[in-house]
Formats: sequence, C-alpha cells, structure tokens
Amino acid sequence: MLILHCPYCGVDADETELAPGGEAHLKRFGPDSSDEDFEGYLFHRENPKGVHFERWRHANGCGKWFHAARCTTTMEVFGTYSAQLTEPPKEICDKISGKRPGWSWRIFG
Amino acid sequence: MSDVVAALQGAVYDGFAKVEAAGPRGMITVKGDLAASVLKNATTGVAGVDFPGQGEANCVGEKGICWMAPDEVLVLVPYAEVPDAVGRMEKVLAGTHHLIANVSDARALFFVSGLDAREVIAKLTPADVSPSAFRPGQFRRTRLAQVPAAFWMRDAETFEVICFRSVARYVFDLLKTAALPGSEVGYF
Amino acid sequence: MSTRLASGGRLLDRAKALEFSFNGKRMTGFQGDTLASALLANGQTLVGRSFKYHRPRGIVASGAEEPNALVNLGQGPRHEPNQRATTTELFEGLKATSQNHWPSLEFDVGVINNYASKFLPAGFYYKTFMAPRLAWKHVFEPFIRQSAGLGRAPKDRDPDTYEHFYAHVDVLVIGGGIAGLAAARQAGAAGAQVLLIEQTAHWGGRAPVDGAEIDGMPSEAWVRDTVEALEAAENIRLRTRCMGAGVYDHGYVLAYERLTDHDPHEGLPRHRLWKIRAKQVVTATGAIERPLSFAGNDLPGVMLASAVRDYAVNYGVSPGDRTVVVTNNDDAYRTALVLKQTGLEVPAIIDARFGSDGELVQAAKAAGIRIEFGRAVAKVKGRARVEGVAMTTQAGEGAVLEEIACDAVAMSGGWSPVVHLWSHCGGKLVWDADQAHFRPDPEVAPVGADGQGFVRAAGIASGAMGTAEVLADADAAGRAAAEATGHKKRRKAAPKAEPESPAPMAPVWVMPQGAGEALRSKMWLDFQNDVKVSDVELAAREGFESVEHTKRYTTLGMATDQGKLSNINGLAVLSQSLNQDIPQVGTTTFRPPYTPISMGAIAGEARGDIFQPLRRTPMHDWHEENGAHWEPVGHWRRPYCYQRPGESVEEAVHREVKNTRQALGFLDASTLGKILVKGPDAGKFLDMMYTNMMSTLKPGRCRYGLMCTENGFLTDDGVVARIDDETFLCHTTSGGADRIHGHMEEWMQTELWDWKVYTANLTEQYAQVAVVGPKAREALDLMGGMDLSAEALPFMGWAVGEIGGFKVRVYRISFSGELSYEIAVDAHRGRAFWDALLEAGAEFGAMPYGTEALHIMRAEKGFIMIGDETDGTVIPQDLGLDWAISKKKDDFLGKRAQARSHMVDPDRWRLVGLETLDGSVLPDGAYASAEGKNANGQRNVQGRVTSTYFSPTLSKGIAMGLVKRGPDRMGEVLEFPKIGGEAVKAKIVSPVFYDPEGEKQNV
Repeated sequence: MLILHCPYCGVDADETELAPGGEAHLKRFGPDSSDEDFEGYLFHRENPKGVHFERWRHANGCGKWFHAARCTTTMEVFGTYSAQLTEPPKEICDKISGKRPGWSWRIFG
Repeated sequence: MSDVVAALQGAVYDGFAKVEAAGPRGMITVKGDLAASVLKNATTGVAGVDFPGQGEANCVGEKGICWMAPDEVLVLVPYAEVPDAVGRMEKVLAGTHHLIANVSDARALFFVSGLDAREVIAKLTPADVSPSAFRPGQFRRTRLAQVPAAFWMRDAETFEVICFRSVARYVFDLLKTAALPGSEVGYF
Repeated sequence: MSTRLASGGRLLDRAKALEFSFNGKRMTGFQGDTLASALLANGQTLVGRSFKYHRPRGIVASGAEEPNALVNLGQGPRHEPNQRATTTELFEGLKATSQNHWPSLEFDVGVINNYASKFLPAGFYYKTFMAPRLAWKHVFEPFIRQSAGLGRAPKDRDPDTYEHFYAHVDVLVIGGGIAGLAAARQAGAAGAQVLLIEQTAHWGGRAPVDGAEIDGMPSEAWVRDTVEALEAAENIRLRTRCMGAGVYDHGYVLAYERLTDHDPHEGLPRHRLWKIRAKQVVTATGAIERPLSFAGNDLPGVMLASAVRDYAVNYGVSPGDRTVVVTNNDDAYRTALVLKQTGLEVPAIIDARFGSDGELVQAAKAAGIRIEFGRAVAKVKGRARVEGVAMTTQAGEGAVLEEIACDAVAMSGGWSPVVHLWSHCGGKLVWDADQAHFRPDPEVAPVGADGQGFVRAAGIASGAMGTAEVLADADAAGRAAAEATGHKKRRKAAPKAEPESPAPMAPVWVMPQGAGEALRSKMWLDFQNDVKVSDVELAAREGFESVEHTKRYTTLGMATDQGKLSNINGLAVLSQSLNQDIPQVGTTTFRPPYTPISMGAIAGEARGDIFQPLRRTPMHDWHEENGAHWEPVGHWRRPYCYQRPGESVEEAVHREVKNTRQALGFLDASTLGKILVKGPDAGKFLDMMYTNMMSTLKPGRCRYGLMCTENGFLTDDGVVARIDDETFLCHTTSGGADRIHGHMEEWMQTELWDWKVYTANLTEQYAQVAVVGPKAREALDLMGGMDLSAEALPFMGWAVGEIGGFKVRVYRISFSGELSYEIAVDAHRGRAFWDALLEAGAEFGAMPYGTEALHIMRAEKGFIMIGDETDGTVIPQDLGLDWAISKKKDDFLGKRAQARSHMVDPDRWRLVGLETLDGSVLPDGAYASAEGKNANGQRNVQGRVTSTYFSPTLSKGIAMGLVKRGPDRMGEVLEFPKIGGEAVKAKIVSPVFYDPEGEKQNV
C-alpha cells in the first residue's frame, strides 16, 4: 500500500486515493508514423526490477495526473513530479544515481 | 422555490455524532489561473471570504471558497444566489480562459457534528483527520469508503461533507453506520 | 486429569463463575478464563481430532500458536469454525463444539485413518488421486471431503456488524509485553505519537508468569505502573484485544481489534479492522516455545512447558497430578518449579543436554526434583491421553531405560522469536546457532518510501533472551523509532532487571537422535495437519529439496496455525535429511495475517445496503414506488421496466415499447454522462477526442460523436451539443461518464497540456428526461413555456427555455426513432419535473419506460449500443459508422491505429441485421458456424450475435451481429448452432428494421 506525494495538491495520498496509469514518458506516435514506431508506442512497455517511472492520477483527490519514480522491488519512492514533463527532472535522476548507481531506464540514467 | 429538494434533505441521525443531510447549498466550480488577481477578485467578490491557499477552505456560514486543485476552486453561496453569483463572476472573468459551472445540484452536503465527529470520518477515509493534522480552515478531497468525497470543518466539532448527489443515500448510511452509539473508538 | 487448583490464578476472578457448554455438556469457569483454561479446569483434555488421521488431540499451547484446540463457536448465523480455545475469552453462556469427528469426539470412525497412516504418507493425494479424472469427482473427493476438513462454514448471513478505523501514528508498537511497554514508554517520552496494541486482554505478556523483577519490583507491579503512566500520557494510545495482523509497504499495518467477542453485545461492531499508517513500527511480538519431536508427542496431556505454567499461574489449572518435564534448555525448569510450588508432582525433568548448572537448574535440584541429563523420551505411553513416558538416552536409538508414570508432559525445545510481522514486508532473518532459532536481521529491515527501514524488532522478538536484555533492547528500539520520526526530546532511563545466566540450550530436533522409522512416524511436527518427522524425510528423499516445495507436498505449516509451532522443527528435520545447514534451507514465506481474521472485519461496513455505493437519480424513489424492475448500469440502478400488477417483465417491456411508439413514453435519462468542455481550444480538443469533426458544429446544434482509444477501438459514443463558441456539452453513455471524463483529463493533462481547455463533469447537476413518441410535442406544449415546433427547434438542435415553469435545456435528439425531446433540469427539481410531466402526459396515455424498451427501440432502428455491439476490439468502421469518422482531420485518437493492416482487412466482421427464417429470437451471443475446423479442432465461425430481441413493433425476432464481410453478403442465410445442437437459420439483412428513412423522428 503505497503513499505517494501528490505534487499538485501537496497531499501524501494513500494508494486507495490514487489510480495507476502505467508507464511514464511515452512518446506519442500519431498518423503518418511508421508501423514500428506506432507499435512501440502502443504496446512496448518496460517491466523493470528496480527503478521505474510511472504515471499516477490523484483520482480520489485533486484529480491531477503526476509522475512517480520508484523502485519496484523495495517500493522506495525517489520522487514525484509534474505530469507536464517529457523526462524525469535532474534532481530526481541524481537522487536515484546516489541510491542505485548505474541505473538505467529506457534512454534515461 | 418549493420544488427544490436536495438529496435526502432533512434526514437526521443522532448517533455518537449527529449526522444531518443539509438543504440545498450553492456550489460553483471555478477553473482558471488561481494566481490571477482577476480570478481572486471574482470569487472573493461573491463569497466574501479570503482566497484560500493550497488545501484550504475559507468558509463563513453558507459562503466560502474551497481549494480543489491548482486550477480550481469551489465557491459556496446560498442556493438562491447562484445565478447572480455566476453572472457576476462571468462578468469579471470575461475575456480570460476560465470555466464556471453551477454544480449545486450535483452534490449532496452533510453535517457531522459532536465531540467525536472526527471518529466518524476516520472510520471511512484514509486521510489523516487527527486534530494535529486536520483543523478548521483545511480542506480535503479524498474518499469515504468507496466514493469520492471532500470535507472541511466548520468548527472544532463539525465537519461539512460533500459527495455526489447520486450517492447521497450511500454516504448518509455510511456516516450513520460509523456513528452508531457504542462504537466510539475513543482514539482522538 | 487436568483440574482446577484450589487457589491461584492471577487472571481469574473466582467470585464470578461463568456457565458454558462444550459439546452440549454444561461446564463452569471463572471470569478471566480462556475457553482452553476452562476446559482444562473441567478435566476436558480431549478437545478435537486431527485433520488426517483423526487422532485424539488435546490443548498444547496457551496462546495464538495453539494447533489443536480449534472449536466451533456460536450457533446458527453466529456459528464460527476454527476458533482457538486458547485465545477465546470465556463468557457466560458460551457454546462450543469440537470439530472434525464423526459420530462423536470420543468415538470417531475416522480414526481408522490412523491405522491406515502407513498408506497416507506425504504427497499421498498427489500420488494416488491423479487419475482417472472421474474417480476424483465421484470417489476420492466425496470421501476426502467427508473425512477431512476442519469445521464447517456457517450457512446463514452473519448478523454481526464490523467496521474499519484509519489511524496515523509516528510509532506503532505491536505487542504489550514488557518489551512493548518499554518501547512505547521510551518512544512516548521522546514525544512521538505512539499507538501500542496487544492481542490479548492483558498487559505484560509472559513476564508476570515467569516471575521476573523489573526496577526492583515484581514484574506485575512494574507492568501495572507502566501501563498507568502510558495511559496518562497524551501522546500514547493503548488498545488491548488488538492484534497486529499484517505489515505492508510504506508503514501500512492492519490490526484486528476484537470488541465484543469476550462479551457479546447485540448491535455493536464485533470486530474493528485498524488501517494504520505508521512512520515506524516496533514489533515486540514475543516468542513461541517449540515442541520436541518424540514419539507420541501429540497425545492429549503433552503440552508446551510454558503453557503448563501459564495455566497454573494465570488460571489456577493443574495439567495433571504428575507432570514430566522434557527439555533441551533451562527455561523449562521454571515449569517444574511452578508445579512443585503449587504442590503438584514432577516425577522427573528429562533433559537432553549432558548437564547444566544454570540458576533454574540449581533451584530445581534444591527443590528435590529428579533431573535426568542426557536422557530423552522414547515414547509417550497411553492411547487417548498420557499415562506415562518411556525414558531413553538421547544419544541412542530408543531402548527404554525406565517407564515413568505421569499424566502430563511439559516439553520445551527452546524458543523462536515471533518474526512474522517483521517478515511480512521483506525483513530478513539470521540464524542464531546459540538459540537455534531465526531472529530478525536488523541490517535488512523492511524499507519504507524513503528507502530506510521502518520496522524494528524489540525484546525477545528480536532475539534478546533474558529479562534484562529484553528491556534494554526494547528501550533502545523505542528510542530509535522515535528518533527516526524526528523526536528526541528527553531521555528516560531504561528499565532494569537482574541479568540471568542460563546454561546454553542444545538443539534437539529428534528425540532420541537415533530413533528409527517406527518412532519417527509417531513424531508429530505439524499437529494440525498431521505431518510427522517421517513425512518430511520422505519428501526430502523424493526430491522436494526446496522448503517451499516440501511445505506444499507435506502440508507442513499449511494449517490455520500456519506453522507457528512446527516451522523450525520441520526445517531442521528437512535440513538434516538434505545434509544442509538450517539457514541454507531457509524458511517458508511469512504471510499476513498473523492469525486468521474474520471476513467481516475485512469487509468492514461494506455489507447489506452499503455493500457498494448505489447511484440513484433524483427520480429513483418514484421508480421504486411504481414497480421498477431494476437493472444495474455501473453503480446506477435504472428501471429495466415498470411492472404492473399481473404483468410479466416481458409483457411490461412490450407494453412500454408499443406505448412509446404509438403515444408517449418518458425515460429517466439522468444517468447519461454530461461533460462540459470549455476554452479557446475546446473545438480543437474535441476534434482530437472524437472521430468526428466537432469544431465545425454550430452553437445551438447537436452532433452524434464516437470516441476511440489510441488502439482505434470504439470506447464511447454520445451526442455533443455546442453551447457557444468556446463551450461544448458532451453526452456520454450512462456507465461511461467518469471514465470518459477521466480519459479527457488524462489527454489534457498529460499530452495536450498547452491547449487551453477546461472540463467539468456535470452529469449529476441535471436530471434528464427523454420525452418520446408521436404525442411528445403535444404534451410538452400543454405544459407550455417554449416553442418546440420543428421550425423553432429542428431535429438535432437544442434550446434553453421554460416548460411548465421549469428552467430547461431541451435537446431534439432521438435514440428510439420517434419524435423525441431530451429535457434537462436542475437535479434538485428533477423529481418535481418528472411529476409534472406525468401529470401533463396523462391525457396522452403517457407511460414511463425502462432500459429494455429503450434497447429494443434502438435495435429496431439499428442504433448501436456501447458494450453490446462493441467489446473493446471493435472499430467504428466495423459498425458501418464510417460516416462519423472525419477524413479531413489530421489527427484524432485512434486514427493511426485504424490504419493498421488488420484494421483495414476486408475480412473483418462487420455489423449487419439478422432475421431468423422462422421469426424466432436468436440466442444472445450465438456464433454463426462456418465450414471446417480451426487448429484446436473447433468448428470455424464467421460471425456472432451482438443484440437480439423480440420486436413488439414488428412482431418478430430481430438481431444485430458482426459477420465476416457482413454488409457484402446481404440475403445470405447463416446457421447459428444453439446449446444442445440444433441450429437457427437467419438471413443477413440491413440492421435498420424500423423506419429506415427516419421519417418519424424528424417531424
């Protein structure tokens, strides 16, 4: 039962207030994209044991989507941040580097 | 108007805390740039209270402003004043990107009062409502059992709880069950 | 025979006698008794039958670890099986019965299994009952069900109520023994918000029984003073009868409070499940004594040494006149001393060690108790209860040296810390060879959101054995926990006790160590599941080397006690069989809850009327009062039809359809989703959300729109009304409002965040009524207030105005093919408006209609229904809705996906109408068969029925379905096999069965 800090309303939200939204930082491929790009966007997902970036919505709360960086094995949360970012903020990446040296996730790390 | 009936209007339960379904209350959703003075002026102008900060509710009597989200507040006014309040705010906010919607009828409002009112709420919500964590002036959107709800404290012993109109019976029954005499937790 | 002593019993109130019954026999106990102590006091040593062999079983333990004394409690709807007598507090009128026996506890036919035990070894079920399959169903299973199983599930609705409570604390201390008290005291002194919970009704744990002195006073006095001080502190809260059930991620802890089990009260919650968020958790959960494995260790009268002294000291109960103590450690000598002081006989202490000069051993010697070092129990004598023990040398194979008559045996194989709560969320264990137990490894604690450990074990639960060590350890744990939550106001001295110096214990896993097969097959490891030393050894021989596999193969530790007694002994036997060290073999996984908790507590308030939220429209009460036959739509309840007296559901539906087509019908459409979308980019945003072009819609007009996911599949549909330049109102399906609002917000917030759009879900702001039928306009005109003529409000237009004094917004849209107005009013006026409509409609023969009439009328018109014609794999093109997919737009959700090769495959199944040749109604979901078979040998299919009804309008069955290349095959006849074999023939036709030109709706 996670607690995630909602960066929008400042509440430390119980998991039961939240709705999960899958992997973060997907890049949308729309009309005219190649089959490969579109397939990757639609279907290919990371399933890491360790550092992961996810989308969550504070559904039973302020209703805002946000991003969370956490460890899928220990449930350690490295930080939550705005949904309006296309990549994790540097301070969160630095924090992860301090705790999980050598980590990588998709193109990040 | 006599044909205006709020959900469960008049329902009362005297448990270890008192649970009451309130009559119609004016509630207006205002979305826009909360930092803009024009929005602050529009909302404080009709509610007559200070503009709330994050997670706050400034309520006096039937009027107030509740902080819902970084781009949304809920303006409370007496039910009959809604058309006028909407009109006045629309006028002030004209030309800015905003949304104003009357949601008075979409909601049900309950009062939970008594020395142990906190315990009734704490049986139903994962939010921390201990006296050190939640006081009058604060506003919390969360869930009560299985439905979304929000509440604030009118005073140290009274919660005002809002939920969607369609689940008014469910929420009233929840509060009633939680307020069963003899089921006091004796915690706070 | 066990009996009540003339005096003693620190927890008893001998002035308050309580009557209870066991298997219908009336017995008497005292206030303060547990059911177990009261049964023993009444000489009831036989309390149940074992799971597999139906062997007679007695009480072994005095707490949550009890494997045998599981009883049925209560009667009728309050009947509850598998309740531990040791943790059941006695109350006046308690009724208990024993389980797993037939026909009676004393004489059980199933005991035949005992003599057949040779044929029921580990894995017996797996080996024997695999094949043939029919034999499993008809022979093996009925037999096993009859002879195995623990208790019977109650059949009636539970009349009790339950609840939840959410608590948020700095430090949660689990366990109210001296360790828990010391930890809570220190954490509280530092200023942390502390919650201390204890599973029993008493504070202090074992210390008062074991006679420790703390801070120069008897532990009982210290406990009393400390509890008083804690209760007085504002920042410390204490609960008894509240068990820590499970520890989960991020400091989430479930605790199980039993409010009225000890004193049943009608109408009050029986259990309360605490959902606690703790920044730090201290597990002061104590330790459990291990049994020893000797032949006949399961006979009634063989008990844990600690339990024997608990019963003597706490409840004034003698386990028997003569008790032999069998041990591998000093601690069990306490039991001998207690019994001796009580005036009971201890014929011998049989100690597997070669010697010990610990203080307790010296005291036993001084008390004149016979001590036999290096000795073991070869076998317990007796059939239904202990009659004596045969003594042998521990080093040997079991040759009997002497038979000692006794009627009870107190055994101790050492102590295992209760590490369950530490382990639930990932805390690791280390093997302590000195104590031969696993204890928490403080280096690998469960970690919280910040990556730091949030659980600390304290006292004997962390492996600290003596009172002095326990207090120091617990005090430090409490202080550290408070510090970790940012509290370090003041330091209080730790409580002190005299250090003890016991001699080392000796690990003894099998007694005697050279025991042969005959003895080993009578040495019980898991009393509840009938798993013996020989079973674990057999499993090891058969290759079950992983402890998790052995557990499942033998069922060791799988009973309701979850191996609390048997785990370490079983592991040790397995590791010996595998020639591995115990830590190498490891433990099985500790899973919550610590002991079983009631289903009621888990459900909490969610039962009966509030099992789940029911959503009610403003007109709900009217529907209920007027014969509504309900249909669940999401959490909404909508009238399926309104049944009149003497009418069947089907007749009601047909009446409603006909009346609406011929005269006038009213539908409560309030559940339809209504989402306001506003902003300079609202049109652009809706162009993205819908497959249609919405930005070109004129204010005052409505347009039917389709929404797809990025997969291209149709997810929702509805009518969009343009309110003004910047504002649209989007109608969604009844079940889809929240989902679609969420979908829009998701795209707005996470992809299109620079677009200037706001949304608001106004679904519940309005009550909405569809006024439908040829008389619709006349009836509304009678109410008066606005011009609803075709000129003023043409088809697919909307307008605001007043009808009958109500402020309304009227949409000229039709889902039935008739003249239709959907009218929205403020929800608080919804019921009044509905009443006014009924009144005005009366002279036109108006009737309300339900969802089934709605469905039939839309099917007659060939309108699709999300969830019927769509199932998450259907694209709009499949449904012939190409006209609603804009070709002009660069982009919309689903556009790219709909260009994928499979989506443009001409062989896709597409929407058609289906008309049976005999006029019958096609079965819902039926498949159209095709030639040949697929790779699995199943008949090929070429289509399926998505909607099927009897049309009262056309007096025949009508259906829609998805058929391979369907629209290209008009007139072809397909076969739809029914369950049972025969097939229905149906012709492919247009899906529009009624008024294909749309003349009736556009008038």
